[in-house]
Amino acid sequence: MNPIIEIKNLSFAYQNEPVLQDLNFTINENDFIGIVGPNGGGKSTLLKLILGLLKPTEGDIKVFDNTPAKSRSMIGYVPQFATFNQDFPINVYDTILMGLPSFYNRIKKSDYQHVDEIMKQLGIDLLRDKSIRHLSGGEMQKVLIARALVSDPKLLLLDEPTSSTDPHAEDSLFDLLKNISKDRAILLVSHDIGFVTHYVQKVICLNKTLVCHPTEKMTPEIIEKLYGGTFHIIPHHKVDS
Amino acid sequence: MIYQMLTSTFMQHAFIGAFLASLACGLIGPFVVVKRIGYIAGGISHAVLGGVGLALFFHQNPMYGAIIFSILAALLIGFVSIHLKQYEDVMISALWSFGMAIGIIFISKTPGYQTDLMSYLFGNILMISIKELYLILGIDLLLILFLVITYKKLISICFDQEFAYVRGVNTSFYYMLLLCMIALTCVVLIQIVGLILVIALLSLPAASIKPQALSIKQMIFYASGIGVLSSFTGLILAYFLNVPAGSMIILVVVMIFFLSVFVRRKKTLPSKVSIS
Repeated sequence: MNPIIEIKNLSFAYQNEPVLQDLNFTINENDFIGIVGPNGGGKSTLLKLILGLLKPTEGDIKVFDNTPAKSRSMIGYVPQFATFNQDFPINVYDTILMGLPSFYNRIKKSDYQHVDEIMKQLGIDLLRDKSIRHLSGGEMQKVLIARALVSDPKLLLLDEPTSSTDPHAEDSLFDLLKNISKDRAILLVSHDIGFVTHYVQKVICLNKTLVCHPTEKMTPEIIEKLYGGTFHIIPHHKVDS
Repeated sequence: MIYQMLTSTFMQHAFIGAFLASLACGLIGPFVVVKRIGYIAGGISHAVLGGVGLALFFHQNPMYGAIIFSILAALLIGFVSIHLKQYEDVMISALWSFGMAIGIIFISKTPGYQTDLMSYLFGNILMISIKELYLILGIDLLLILFLVITYKKLISICFDQEFAYVRGVNTSFYYMLLLCMIALTCVVLIQIVGLILVIALLSLPAASIKPQALSIKQMIFYASGIGVLSSFTGLILAYFLNVPAGSMIILVVVMIFFLSVFVRRKKTLPSKVSIS
């Protein structure tokens, strides 16, 4: 297994306020990993560090054996759709085209075909000419995932994909991601511990520092350590068919 | 009387000026609206008075002073907005009033120019000269060239700056460039409606059409149209009612904007109404 992300002794502080402390972990090819933790636990900061939008205060991040900035073309990024500016005058198709590496030069015929295929795969091909203003939360999220996928990234990062979706949408989102994860590693950030522990292969618990590693199993003790209180795990019932 | 209006040279110049200025506000206004940087545009346009005052004091063409000051203000605000985001709005306020203060001081120290102050504050489209028309035309052409070259990058930084950055766009550079183009547009619009009323002409035509627009291109097209319609209507009304043209133009623009909000409200009344 080839490591895709290697994080060594990573710390990060916003103006002397420590956000992340001494993280160490590795993410391999085709891993499907969830990062959970309380708000302010540094989840989004970690994503930004992996994208190279922020620089570590201490330690080292390697993405595809290179600096995050140099590996950006291989990363697909799906921002938090709940806070996304959906008021912009643009249709679904033009939004997705922006994910193409060739978007700023000349878009080739094969690129357009590729976009069509991905839209079909995500089941949003009929929304093509719709203004993004009129999309539901779940539809908007698929559009943002499609935009990230058209560049064929080897690593897909998602920030809070389950916020403000109903349980049914969660299931279909998970099936979708499972499908996508066949060809790439996925790293998703969520405060929804139920979603992550239920669906995802491995979990990283983050509250300033790593509370559990991807190889550990999620237990009530770990959750207690993570959130600093007693929590009940409410099992999500997923009907296997 | 209409014949008289259409054949007088000053009105002909005024119509040409209004047309060219509306084009400029149609080209750049949509970006100001979707990026929500109306306050930045306001700061730049007010800071321009500093350049005008200095130029008059040193017996230079006030337009050149305005251009230099607007670009400096754009670069400074852009720098603060990128690197010191937490100081952005106080910085804009400071620059806004600083520009006006030194402008007024230098104009007051320039003999014989006091009467001009009003025309910079509220515009003086009826006194517009051929030379100024050529300058506005030049700026219009520059804006068109700028949009043709940078359109895709501008759209992506206005839509989702972080994603554009991740995809390799030099977002700071294009943001600065956009602010400089906004600055030049402000200089153009000051000729027509004056620096106090610039923001209205820059943002309201684009804002009126935004909820219906399907793309930025469409917004540019319709905002230019609304700009031309309202500036011509304003000019004609001002001519017959004998009131200041710049203010009349703004009145028409604001009415169109309110009308668009009202129409939208009626259309979407049963569901949640959002006005933005």
